[in-house]
Amino acid sequence: MLVMDLVEKFDLSIAAGKTGLDREVMDGYCGDLLSEIMGNAPAGCAWLTVQGHQNIVAVAVLREMAAIIITGGQEPDEETIQKADQEGVPILLWPNSSYRLAGRIFGVGVGNLASDVKKI
Amino acid sequence: MLKKFKADLHIHSCLSPCSDWDMSPKKIVEKSRERQLDLIAICDHNTAENAAATSREGNRQGIAVLPGMEICSREEVHLITLFKQIEDALKMQEFIYAHLPGKNKPEVFGHQVVADEHDQVLGENDHLLIGATQLSLLDIVAKAHQLGAICISSHVDRPSYSLIGQLGFIPEDLHLDAVEVSYRVPLDKALDEVPGIKDYPCVTASDAHFLKDIGKVWTEFILAAPTLEEIQMALAGIEGRRILNDTE
Repeated sequence: MLVMDLVEKFDLSIAAGKTGLDREVMDGYCGDLLSEIMGNAPAGCAWLTVQGHQNIVAVAVLREMAAIIITGGQEPDEETIQKADQEGVPILLWPNSSYRLAGRIFGVGVGNLASDVKKI
Repeated sequence: MLKKFKADLHIHSCLSPCSDWDMSPKKIVEKSRERQLDLIAICDHNTAENAAATSREGNRQGIAVLPGMEICSREEVHLITLFKQIEDALKMQEFIYAHLPGKNKPEVFGHQVVADEHDQVLGENDHLLIGATQLSLLDIVAKAHQLGAICISSHVDRPSYSLIGQLGFIPEDLHLDAVEVSYRVPLDKALDEVPGIKDYPCVTASDAHFLKDIGKVWTEFILAAPTLEEIQMALAGIEGRRILNDTE
């Protein structure tokens, strides 16, 4: 699934990084503590967070994420939008909670349930 | 004799990865003079390596420079720590470095330039200064106080990296000396709207990452001299030392 497919399926609005909409979404990740995300988010993920600070773009680049989805009706700072446009990192907006969107994204097959079961 | 001192207690140098290249010790002091500041503090993220050079340049140009750090706790709350002398700041820095994982990637996070007071580059710091320490806010405040520092909770009106934004309220057992309100909100509005900050002395500072922002907002103190000890007295409101409000 591509970032643009997520946009269409879930009616997300695009805040920045339009040039990255053709990236493939391999997995998902939720979290708001940037140090934790920097250590653990998988490459190619769509990251759901309420953070709008410009550092989220650097974290997304570092972890080679597919996209950032700002949830809970939060908005990115102006500097965040500029950086995301420069880096081509899509920033999408979702008005409801991370939980509600994560469930929907998982429901359409992003993220591998089998690998989770093995870990447990 | 007591007099008025105009202070900007939160300025980043070119050592902070998110800060502009032009924020050299020399240029920071020059701009501070232009903005008629009497007292500034250098508070880079999780480091104090440019504080001594800025202080030397301050001595030369007649501006008092306090060594400081803006430390990021494991809760990702930013805390300003201000020290009496550089030796204390460097002791704190050693403690912070021991609890700060990771190496910087300049191409992702930005360059971390150590410079002297003559605009000479001395090298690059390779710690992940943009990162969070593994220390709790309580740990950081305890260590800083042990070293005689002042602890000020950064930009409490902001959603990112602030005490209120990350933790929702000010923990009762956190012994802050003051809180800082950013330039983005008028002080009286912040005092009304940010829960719990009325109980603390409140300063405003620029949090400048670019030269043009130095002194964008500031705090006026009534002090006998521009030193940390005097600011401590002002925050405690003793012997006539105090923060001068906008309305006075």
